[in-house]
Amino acid sequence: MNMKKLFLLLLVSFAALAQAQTADTAPDALVKSVTNEVLQIIRGDKDIQAGNSKKAIDLIETKVLPNFNFTHMTQLAVGRDWKSASPAQQKQLADEFRTLLVRTYAKALTEYRNQTIEFKPFKMNAADLDAKVRSQVSQAGGKPIPLDYFLEKLAAGWKVYDIEVDGISLVINYRESFAAEVRNGGIDGLVKTLQAKNRTGAGGPKT
Amino acid sequence: MVMNGTAKRSMGRSLAALAVAALLAGGCASTGNPKDPLEGFNRAMFALNDDLDKIVIKPAAQGYQAVLPELVRHGVANFFANIGDVFIAVNDVLQGKVPDAINDVGRVLVNTTLGVLGLRDVASELGVEKHNEDFGQTLGAWGVGEGPYIVLPFFGSRTVRDSFGLALDLHFDPVGNLYPVPDRNTLLATRVLSDRTQLFSAEKILDEAALDRYSYVRNAYLQRRRNQVFDGNPPRNREEDQ
Repeated sequence: MNMKKLFLLLLVSFAALAQAQTADTAPDALVKSVTNEVLQIIRGDKDIQAGNSKKAIDLIETKVLPNFNFTHMTQLAVGRDWKSASPAQQKQLADEFRTLLVRTYAKALTEYRNQTIEFKPFKMNAADLDAKVRSQVSQAGGKPIPLDYFLEKLAAGWKVYDIEVDGISLVINYRESFAAEVRNGGIDGLVKTLQAKNRTGAGGPKT
Repeated sequence: MVMNGTAKRSMGRSLAALAVAALLAGGCASTGNPKDPLEGFNRAMFALNDDLDKIVIKPAAQGYQAVLPELVRHGVANFFANIGDVFIAVNDVLQGKVPDAINDVGRVLVNTTLGVLGLRDVASELGVEKHNEDFGQTLGAWGVGEGPYIVLPFFGSRTVRDSFGLALDLHFDPVGNLYPVPDRNTLLATRVLSDRTQLFSAEKILDEAALDRYSYVRNAYLQRRRNQVFDGNPPRNREEDQ
């Protein structure tokens, strides 16, 4: 075998190994490390605690988003109507839902006030393609709140496709609102409502 | 709210009557949502509670938060939570959850003594879990179906079953049964404000997250309730086509 081929072979093997290592980070280790990293950053950042959403959004975009599968999340939230949406509409829905979730999550981060997060014991079989990572958020003077992550194993690694806060599934909670919007104005109606909401944020139309 | 024992008992009865009336009224309403047959009535109540909150409760809670230092507010919250643990233990027993009952009675004992009448949640610091049970969950555990979603004046989201549960909770509430009356009223009001301040963060996030606050709150309440009745393991199919 000549040197060039050997070199390429080695390069491909290393790349595959690196890929495999990212893909092999166990789901609970992944959630723990991202959570701890994000919390560490917020604890040291007075701007975010004072309400600087832009900084919170930047943090989410760099540290958190790469670990989510938004297309699958949007598909679950839209439910039955997903099939009747065109690929272009599906992309629009995923983009708008992603923006909505990022803004909401950013808001939650700016409300962070030294709560602590405990991870519960984690079990999975090596061959599992689906995992649930359980944690609990505790704060002084309040009840601890269960926070669970649902992940699926993709080629690029474990990705989150749903979160449950206190037993409330994010995607299931949006499902009915989305279904109502589609009943009123079709898929395009839902896209428009999401776009309007994302443009105006919390100042948008209520109830 | 602030009223004497007899009025409280009749309020419990009124709640039950309201629930029944809403059921009957709902039969006449022609809403399209099978999961929320009382939607018209509920949206009206939701708007009423919003107004009550905006005009009376939230401003008072903001005042409460401004006046009392954080440590004191935590103490107050812990104090009421400790009283709450007594009835969580009762409901544990009613549901046959003996280990949980022992756990929760233990919590009350530790917090009342070491925690100085509940001001400090020593039990949680020692790792003794806090549970969440009420009469509505007990009825659910006994197999009572939840019935339609209903929004009650002041108390907000419930199901018809949980409204009956709430009536029982109110009837046995030790703070509500306290005498002399002025002290009881002060404690009741303090608890309302303490609970309300704990919702400030959640409220801001709700505004950001919801397309339609009414249905977002309803969906969240129903999901959370089923989760509580099944203690975290409800039968759920994420992929369902509704």
